[in-house]
Amino acid sequence: MLPEPRRLTRRRLLGGLAALAAASALPPLGTRAAHAEIASRQLPAGNLRLPLVGLGSWITFNVGDDPQLLEACTAVMRAFFEGGGRLIDSSPMYGSSQATIGHALAELDAVGPVYAADKVWTSNPDEGPGQIEASRRHWGVPRFELLQVHNLVAWEAHLETLLAMREAGEVRHVGITTSHGRRHEAIERIMREAPIDFVQLTYNIVDREAERRLLPLARERGIGVIANRPFQQKRLIRRLEDKPLPDWVAETGANNWAQFILKFIVSHPDVTCAIPATTRVDHVRENLAAAREPLPDAALRRRMADYVATL
Amino acid sequence: MSEWLSYRPQDFLMFSPRVYERLFVLHNEALWPAPLLALALGAALLLALAFPRPVRIRAGLVLLAAAWAFVAWAFLWQRYAPINWGIRYVVPLFALEALLLLGLGLRRGGLALPTGWPLPRGLGMALVAYAVFLHPLTAPALGRGLAGAEVIGLAPDPLAMATLGMAAMIRPTWQGWALLVIPALWCLASALTLHLLDSPGAWLPLLAVLLAGVARFWPRRTSA
Repeated sequence: MLPEPRRLTRRRLLGGLAALAAASALPPLGTRAAHAEIASRQLPAGNLRLPLVGLGSWITFNVGDDPQLLEACTAVMRAFFEGGGRLIDSSPMYGSSQATIGHALAELDAVGPVYAADKVWTSNPDEGPGQIEASRRHWGVPRFELLQVHNLVAWEAHLETLLAMREAGEVRHVGITTSHGRRHEAIERIMREAPIDFVQLTYNIVDREAERRLLPLARERGIGVIANRPFQQKRLIRRLEDKPLPDWVAETGANNWAQFILKFIVSHPDVTCAIPATTRVDHVRENLAAAREPLPDAALRRRMADYVATL
Repeated sequence: MSEWLSYRPQDFLMFSPRVYERLFVLHNEALWPAPLLALALGAALLLALAFPRPVRIRAGLVLLAAAWAFVAWAFLWQRYAPINWGIRYVVPLFALEALLLLGLGLRRGGLALPTGWPLPRGLGMALVAYAVFLHPLTAPALGRGLAGAEVIGLAPDPLAMATLGMAAMIRPTWQGWALLVIPALWCLASALTLHLLDSPGAWLPLLAVLLAGVARFWPRRTSA
């Protein structure tokens, strides 16, 4: 037997209209709450706040022109923006990753919200400007927010180019990058001598060399810090996934190892954001959730690192 | 120098296993029904080498030359290079191998396979047969589905393995060695890539190089 149709009464009509009005005042579906809850940090220079978790693109977005995988990457970026994320990082070294990002930005109409961070990576300084322009076309953005010298390749000449671009308003911020703990002495020298806005380096719960000199120097010089390789390209997760989380994990606010690791990184007061890369929508949501309160204080961070060291 | 020593092979792997596997699915889809034609041509090559005459050997070399040129353009340049910039430097090597094969194929006289079935010929023929008929089945055997089959003439691994088979048995010796170098280098690089991708089939290209080397170094029978 079919259910009896509900009668439209004045009370129901008014109730429905009120609910409709309330819903229309809210941001689009999926952008609610997460935006409000994800923590952000002010760039030391003071002219920018960025969510503590960004999105890397090494390997994960290098999918060529495969329509199925492009769609999967677009879904990841959709979830990233819906969760309140802004900074996406790439490089001309990452194969087709830049084009994948450009595809998704166009699909999602998200050129506005993205904080576009890319790099220059060529040993020939004369090729730098042309490479940057090619990268910009791949992304489909009017300009990059951040341009970095990738792994210090020909850094003196490239940095000169980038600083001139910043002066001309062609890029908002300028930085340098390293990874795997390499060339920290050169990075330190550049941080002391050059007027850069960002340094990108490897920092996580087991790769903590940056804590000794580079992170304090970043604070002293007003330089933002982007932490790459938060999971050591999955190696750290694989190493820990069979191990138990500590009994006191609830104090950290983490629900799993990935969040435990991310919370350790982004709770460091001198880190502006971490840039985990992923191919999965559930992981990007999980990563963004790690940037919500509670975030560990200094004592809890020490306890977290000590615990991982015992495993 | 010390900085370079701090890199591990994994640090140079730019793509995930799923992207690599999908390369072959998309390639076969785009070229369909070319995989069937390529299999038929591969079978013809095997037959020509099973019943060798100089003209058949030369035709086989020309066929392989065309395949190296096609794979360089259609697979390496169009499909693989966008996700792996290092491949741009490999394309000229594929072109060089195509020219070598073409040069030998167009040159009259002098080329032969060992008479009878000594070990070098047996290993060479086994490599060609594997490359044509069995290698395409590694994709479904490893759970990647037949759609992702790597077919001779369209994909680099089976082509390099078949060329190793040819190079393993062809005479005179110097021509065999000349043909062997580039496919051997490709197979070594491919084995490393597959190993980094955690593919259980990583040892197959390595084994092909080993067998071709054994065949090439195997002492030739001298007439009494």
